Amino acid sequence: MPFLELKNVSKGYGAKDERTEVLRDINLQIEKGEFVAIVGYSGAGKTTLISLIAGLAKPDSGTLTLNDLEITEPGPDRGIVFQNYSLLPWLTVYENIYLAVDQVFPNWSAAKKQQHTDKYIAMVSLSPAREKRPAELSGGMRQRVSVARSLSIDPQILLLDEPLSALDALTRATLQDEIVRIWETDKKTVVLITNDVDEGLLMADRIIPLSAGPNATLGPSIQVDLPRPRDRKAINHNTRFQEIRREVIDYLLGTGARQRTTVTRKLFLPDIEPEDLSVPRNLFRKRPVRRQEIKTETMEIS
Amino acid sequence: MKDKFKFDWLLLPLLGAAFVLIIWTATSATWAKGLPSPVKTWTGSKLYIEKPFEKRGEQDQGILRFTWYSLQMVIKGYLIALIVGTPIGFCLGLSKTFGKIFDPIIQILRPVSPLAWLPLGLILFQRPGPSALFTIALCAMWPTVLNTAVGVRAIPQDYLNVAKVLKLSRWKTLFKVMVPATLPYMFTGFRLSLGIAWLVIVAAEMLTGSPGVGGFLWQEYNSLIYEHIILCILTIGITGFILDKLMGLMEKRFKTA
Ligand SMILES: Nc1ncnc2c1ncn2[C@@H]1O[C@H](COP(=O)(O)OP(=O)(O)O)[C@@H](O)[C@H]1O
Ligand SMILES: [Mg+2]
Repeated sequence: MPFLELKNVSKGYGAKDERTEVLRDINLQIEKGEFVAIVGYSGAGKTTLISLIAGLAKPDSGTLTLNDLEITEPGPDRGIVFQNYSLLPWLTVYENIYLAVDQVFPNWSAAKKQQHTDKYIAMVSLSPAREKRPAELSGGMRQRVSVARSLSIDPQILLLDEPLSALDALTRATLQDEIVRIWETDKKTVVLITNDVDEGLLMADRIIPLSAGPNATLGPSIQVDLPRPRDRKAINHNTRFQEIRREVIDYLLGTGARQRTTVTRKLFLPDIEPEDLSVPRNLFRKRPVRRQEIKTETMEIS
Repeated sequence: MKDKFKFDWLLLPLLGAAFVLIIWTATSATWAKGLPSPVKTWTGSKLYIEKPFEKRGEQDQGILRFTWYSLQMVIKGYLIALIVGTPIGFCLGLSKTFGKIFDPIIQILRPVSPLAWLPLGLILFQRPGPSALFTIALCAMWPTVLNTAVGVRAIPQDYLNVAKVLKLSRWKTLFKVMVPATLPYMFTGFRLSLGIAWLVIVAAEMLTGSPGVGGFLWQEYNSLIYEHIILCILTIGITGFILDKLMGLMEKRFKTA
């Protein structure tokens, strides 16, 4: 009996006439302790799939079961790392995680809850940033808070929705290793959604392509039978790695070519920067800035 | 931009003030003889400014003492507006049905002037004090109601998803997620409401004759002491400005990313 099972799940959005089927006939079985990666184009319906498993959305048809129980609503047995972190901006790192701990373990003593919260902050190496608010953190740090929060509630399964897509390559590599490390110690079941085939191959036990939407469906599930720990440089020369990679990409390209017509358009951005509406509007505020006047741009890399 | 010289933050506004003083002097010297000149205004008002808290009689008190009476009234009415307006705003934002039922009524009541509400207040409450409060609260409420409603509608779905995944109770979702997420909008509403409350108080005092800057202004008009009218206008303006600045500071503090 699989741990998580999706049977003939379909989901669409919109009212009758302009209804589009996003996911069609999704069948998926995941065993306890498995690390499964699902790769797909952006807009294919990956977030929709995760929302269904999370219970935040209901399928139009088909059933989802976790541990033999039908998934009808969200709950803390499934830890989710949302695509956009979803931290509460008015709470500090500590408070964001404590909110979850406090809710899921109401019977613990205050000291135990605090200790537990701090343990997970330390696990993602954020102890120095404990009292910071999300706005003061880099993207990578926010993502780590989000991971710590979902792990702290000791979920049965961890759902990661493109957790690393928004990060720079360096941070991304660090966090990939960190997530795999956490998975190896905690032995949780993990579903990783990604748009990067290499990331899936580097991290997962099994990789499943999701065809391009609309009517996206899961392709053949491929076992990633590469020894761990996997070295991201050496793995590139592994023939088995190259084989699986080609298989997944061929599938994705095949469905993409079949279902997609591409339109190339040049986009013109207006030559003006968005204005900060929070600045008081008096006579002396700064005038709007033109893009061509901007000389430097700062980016943060953690 | 050209180089700014050092004291422009002080000099330029002074230049503006000087310009107004010149126009004022010219006006009082030429076509509006009834208008007291700046110098005459100063000599006539000196007593009220130099001893701002003195009470010489019921209708003859220092200007800050009058301002204090007005402020007390405003704060009371304003608090009523917030206590009533914020929950209404939340309901409007949370429920589409509630919004559809009450939106037209709000749109119609909102533009009604305080001068129109006051007599109704007098009919309802019989006494000037409560009816002034009624008018202030009713007029000042709308920005709070509308901004709160907009803020509630603007709560990102992500925050609500967090609450759902953790299975927060209704109350916890309200106070731990929705209220903090709406606070910045609410404070914008609070700030606008305070501005209106201050506008209304003067009108209310003039009509009810209660003691305060507005009441003083009206009484001095009737006593033909026009210097004091200008004193009152300046006091009202400066107080309003300070209130708005204070609210602005508060608003900034509650601003979440
Ligand atoms: N709440 C929604 N209402 C209507 N359409 C939606 C909604 N959520 C997603 N969609 C549509 O479903 C498709 C898949 O979206 P999503 O699951 O977010 O894709 P992905 O995460 O793979 O990028 C997109 O075409 C998107 O426009
Ligand atoms: Mg997505």
